[in-house]
Amino acid sequence: MATYKPVVVQAIPKLGERITQDTLYWRGDKGGTPVQIKEFGAVNKIDFSPVSPYNYAVTASSRIHIYGRYSQEPIKTFSRFKDAAYCATYRDDGNLLVAGSEEGSIRLFDLSGRAPLRQFDGPTKAVHVVGFLSDKYRIFSGGDDYSSNLWDIPSGTEIVSYNEHTDYVRCGCASKVNADVFITGSYDHTVKLFDARTESSVMTIEHGHPVESVLLFPSGGLLVSAGGRYVKVWDVLKGGQLLVSLKNHHKTVTCLCLNSSGQRLLSGSLDRHVKVYSTTSYKVVHSFNYATSILSLALSPEDETIVVGMTNGVLNVKHRKPEERKENSQKKRQPAYRTYVKGRTYVPKQEDFCVSKPVKHVLRKYDKMLKSFQSSKALDAVLEPPIRLYTPEVTVAVMQELHRRGTLRSALAGRDEKQINLLLTFVARRVIEPRFTPVLVTVADMITDIYQPVVGQSAVVDRQFVKLQEAIGKEIDYQEELLEVLGMMDTLFATFTKKTATYVEEKKSNGLTETIEANMN
Amino acid sequence: MVAPAAAALRVVRCGGSSFHGARAVFSADSKQVGPGPGPGYLLCASGDFVKMYSVATEEMLRLMGGHADLVTGIQLNPHNHVQLYSSSLDGTIKLWDFMDGIPIKTFTVGSKLLALYALARFEDSVFVVIPKRGERATFQLVSVKLTKAAGQDLEAKELSVVLDGVDASPKSIAFGREGEYVASVKEIDLQVYFFKQKQLNRFCVSAVKTKSGNNQFTCIACHPTEDCIATGHADGKIRIWRNFYHKKEYTYSTLHWHHDTVMDLAFSVEGSSLLSGGVESVLVLWHNQSECEKDFLPRLGSPIEYISMASDGTLCCTLHTDNRITIINSNLRFARSIQGLIKSADIKTGLVVDPRTKALVLNGEPGHLQFYCLQSDQQLFSLDIVQRQYIHQAGLNQADLVKVAFSARGKWLATVEEREEVTDPELQLKLWFYDEEAQSFKLNTRINMPHEDQITDLCFRDMDELEDDSVILVTTGRDCVFKVWVIVEDTDPEAQQSVSWSCDFIGSYHNYQATNCCFSEDGSLLAVSFEETVTVWDSVTWDLKCTFCHPPGKIRNICFGRLTCSKYLIGVSDDGFLCCWNLLSCALEWSAHLNILVLQPDPLSEYIAAVSWLSKESSLFVFKPNEPRPIYIQRNLCREKIQLAAFIPRDEPETVGSEKYLWLRRSQLFFLTDTQELMTLSTKSLQERLTPASKQLAVEESLPVTPFSLLLGKHRRQQSQDDIDLGKLFVHNKCEQDSPAVKELLHTPAHVLPSASFLCPIFINSLLISKENKSAEEVADEVEMESEKTKDDSDEERDVTEMEQEDTSPLELFGEMTCKLPKSQEKELRKIRKVDYSWISAF
Repeated sequence: MATYKPVVVQAIPKLGERITQDTLYWRGDKGGTPVQIKEFGAVNKIDFSPVSPYNYAVTASSRIHIYGRYSQEPIKTFSRFKDAAYCATYRDDGNLLVAGSEEGSIRLFDLSGRAPLRQFDGPTKAVHVVGFLSDKYRIFSGGDDYSSNLWDIPSGTEIVSYNEHTDYVRCGCASKVNADVFITGSYDHTVKLFDARTESSVMTIEHGHPVESVLLFPSGGLLVSAGGRYVKVWDVLKGGQLLVSLKNHHKTVTCLCLNSSGQRLLSGSLDRHVKVYSTTSYKVVHSFNYATSILSLALSPEDETIVVGMTNGVLNVKHRKPEERKENSQKKRQPAYRTYVKGRTYVPKQEDFCVSKPVKHVLRKYDKMLKSFQSSKALDAVLEPPIRLYTPEVTVAVMQELHRRGTLRSALAGRDEKQINLLLTFVARRVIEPRFTPVLVTVADMITDIYQPVVGQSAVVDRQFVKLQEAIGKEIDYQEELLEVLGMMDTLFATFTKKTATYVEEKKSNGLTETIEANMN
Repeated sequence: MVAPAAAALRVVRCGGSSFHGARAVFSADSKQVGPGPGPGYLLCASGDFVKMYSVATEEMLRLMGGHADLVTGIQLNPHNHVQLYSSSLDGTIKLWDFMDGIPIKTFTVGSKLLALYALARFEDSVFVVIPKRGERATFQLVSVKLTKAAGQDLEAKELSVVLDGVDASPKSIAFGREGEYVASVKEIDLQVYFFKQKQLNRFCVSAVKTKSGNNQFTCIACHPTEDCIATGHADGKIRIWRNFYHKKEYTYSTLHWHHDTVMDLAFSVEGSSLLSGGVESVLVLWHNQSECEKDFLPRLGSPIEYISMASDGTLCCTLHTDNRITIINSNLRFARSIQGLIKSADIKTGLVVDPRTKALVLNGEPGHLQFYCLQSDQQLFSLDIVQRQYIHQAGLNQADLVKVAFSARGKWLATVEEREEVTDPELQLKLWFYDEEAQSFKLNTRINMPHEDQITDLCFRDMDELEDDSVILVTTGRDCVFKVWVIVEDTDPEAQQSVSWSCDFIGSYHNYQATNCCFSEDGSLLAVSFEETVTVWDSVTWDLKCTFCHPPGKIRNICFGRLTCSKYLIGVSDDGFLCCWNLLSCALEWSAHLNILVLQPDPLSEYIAAVSWLSKESSLFVFKPNEPRPIYIQRNLCREKIQLAAFIPRDEPETVGSEKYLWLRRSQLFFLTDTQELMTLSTKSLQERLTPASKQLAVEESLPVTPFSLLLGKHRRQQSQDDIDLGKLFVHNKCEQDSPAVKELLHTPAHVLPSASFLCPIFINSLLISKENKSAEEVADEVEMESEKTKDDSDEERDVTEMEQEDTSPLELFGEMTCKLPKSQEKELRKIRKVDYSWISAF
């Protein structure tokens, strides 16, 4: 014997962007709009302090600003540069900051002081990339004089200089695993891996485009390079074998960044997008849009803040929506865990007589009414505001079910002015939605049929009828226009097809019709 | 035993007949048989048979066959509660011992029997409804005196007419108060006949036609203790009649709940409540025959045809139009149901075979797909496809399943459901995935309006070896296109469902309606028929390869040849042509002028079965596409039109004697006529078929393994290896064991066996090897064997022959001897049979 089957409410897949775990994760704070800070020039580097409270250094024009997590004003400014400063980078302990400059010197700052602790002079041209090696006592740099240098902090002298690149060196990165290893990427389309213990580069990777940014995975085994429109991942341990090449931007990729767990890779580009890749599948799982071309990008530890620097000097700070705190729910007094598990683990003995509790199926109100064949009441139940307004598909599903049962007409009949008004409002509003159209056209038809004799007796109802008419008229016009467009496109496609066989032509046009219809829906 | 070469194929009905014949009967309460209180068995008429089910386990325990036509009534013998009367359209009443399934007596009445009533009060007679002699469509209730003479087959010629002009339906007559009176209804008349007073009262309701129907009588039930009659009417009313001794001052009250015809009524044993049922498939319990006190048991699944009560009132059962028995507790709780093959009025899905279970799949309950196991004659399960509440109301247009297809290994199931409506037709294509864990199909994708008009055909690309991504579904529609659906994998690793189906290609041909589609065996070609033309497409690039045409007829069905014949494409057109095209030369290979209705290729061989319909009879042709001459022709397969056919693969290839039946080796052909009879072709004899395979197995397996049996088995194996070509002993042993008579004798408890003298002739007959069936070679073998053993037995043989001369009834004596089953004596018996008895006749 079958039980009552509830009305099936058809879920229609939503078109457009799908909400995934990543969308939820990267979604901004609902209330707070992103903070925009205007800098003096293009922001070429953003670097987060590795220690709490996670301040970040922003290099723009001839200044380095240090911002706090929620502050919109800089906490500290280093402005002792004659020309543009480049690549202000924190040391692992967050105490020191190094920056290159257009005039060719590298300066080392103490976060508490103002004047530079050290100044490394030597490069004749602009130094675009500097960074600490993981032993904290050495600095690597790269600049427009095609050289990659290594400096000793205590003595303030150059240790070694590699002149292997044949074009500007614009990016670099030190290995976190080995204190002697660092990489630099250059406009000569290569990425070179250097070991401080050797005289020359250890490995050269051909990226194929001027390299704008490089990144080493925390494990040190994978290398990511960005240049041109491509982001490429290389396996260093396999001797620089290409693992995957990603082409998801339509302009040059300028910056790369890993999230704190190392599971997501972010890339910013001049095409105003930041893309988030999964590092397991290397598929784009999320993307952000910005107003102008992106030059630099940084993610705070624990992924709470995304800071993006743009060509017009605007710094965009987005705070990720914090995870829901569980403390709130814990405050509520709840029955002890014991209460829930009481008797759950009881194993019946052999002589016990088991009485099984029948599973109670809770039916919605309209289902209860439909079960007892009360058509009018079922319709009333789905015309209540919460259902009618927020889940119109339920209302329409019940209308369809009533139509299937042949009782829709009697359910619609015998209603007073207020109810007709309600029904007509609903129909006029929803009839143009393609998923509801077939059913609601029938409903509208029946309503007009039933209440034809009383037209003119109530101004409210008459107005609704007029509205319905307008809505349908508009929709018809719209459809006509769409068909015209379709006809135009058909002729266009027909001229494109080279094949003379008729069936191919038919196939094309039919395929087109289908896609356009899908779009319409 | 070698199958006799001359034996023709027999058309055998299978799939169990419907229970529509008569009300079911519970065995009288006998606590020693049932496991708990209440009746232990349920008996019901099913086609030509009477079936006995166990109430506790729902299992069919016994199938009692013997009637030559439909069984129309069954009644317990009121004087012996292990006996059962059954009446049939073949004009006989049989008395059965249903505990053993043995027919005790057969009374031949002569004319068709349409209903049977047996009452305790009339000791030696039963009541039957027979057609009135000389008049068509007029029936009378007669009482038949059952003579108590000895013997099995008796004539029952003493008929006395009780009531004239009764209705043919068994529901229209009821006996009241232990047979004080009999009441009968027909159209708008109610007549009550009092046996004692010999008084006949007629009542008549005024013929009123309302919107929902007229108030004609449909059924009647009498109160067991009071003078009270309940009648059901076509407009859904129930009338309770009292005081009907008086012709004028009778009274009646009306109970009205049903909105459609009341199909059956039954009083409870005490008469305190009344049960009624109808098209709504709701069982209504009326307390004290009052309008306000009633209980319902709703959603029984299908219209209720008959209601019957157990004699102790603990159970009641309803028989439904969809071949189901529902057993219901006294407190109106659903207890269990016995489901046969559901024969819905219109099988739109066709006969499909589930590759996984080898079950036959077709429309079941409305909106459901039934998986029916042919071996066990049982419904395996019913899959809810439409998933909507079905409203049992006449004239309501509800969504139903129209097309079904399985992928090659049964991993995917595609179903199409449809609701025909002028304004907004509903059409859904659903794709189901077989979930190994849940052991059932799960809905994967639902596509609304896959075509703008009805879907005419759908098929999967059958590729056994390849993996999931090669599965392709093609649907053809009346909207002049065919669509190709493929699985698309969701790229998102966190998505709930990794695969779903979407449309890949839409093809059309000169705006003709697409009617059929079919993939070649290797899946490289797709044939789609567009009205008069068959088009062949490449399944990789979806290019049109070639077209075949055979005007003016529209293509009715197409299929590709298989295995060695895979270069052929067969098409059937509705102007009566069967065409075979060669795909390599793109030319017509041969054609035949036949009005083929059904074209069914065997999935395991290259044979193709075609059923034609010509001059009111169906004929079967089996052919291979590479030769125009059919391999097998069976004319006059049956009188009805054959709608559908299906080849069901056998579990193991059958040994087929004749070259002619080679096509039956791998699969079995089933077909469905337009009267919803499921039939098959069988080479086996009737007796072999009657004993179900499972039962035979059960007996053999239940025997404990003893050292002796092991020894015997070893010995036998050796023997069979030694003279495998002769196979004589083996053959004989097998013959003895297979005989149902021997089995019956050996496996029936001794205390229920009839006397030895009764059994003896049957037993001996079963031991004898019929001469007619033996080929000359076999006889020769036997002679040889006998000559080997003659020395040992010669003495005994002489004894026996002597005895024979002395005794006048030698057969009986031998029977007693053979009961002990000495092997040597068996052989003697055989030899004796060879002895010429002609001299006896000289005396």
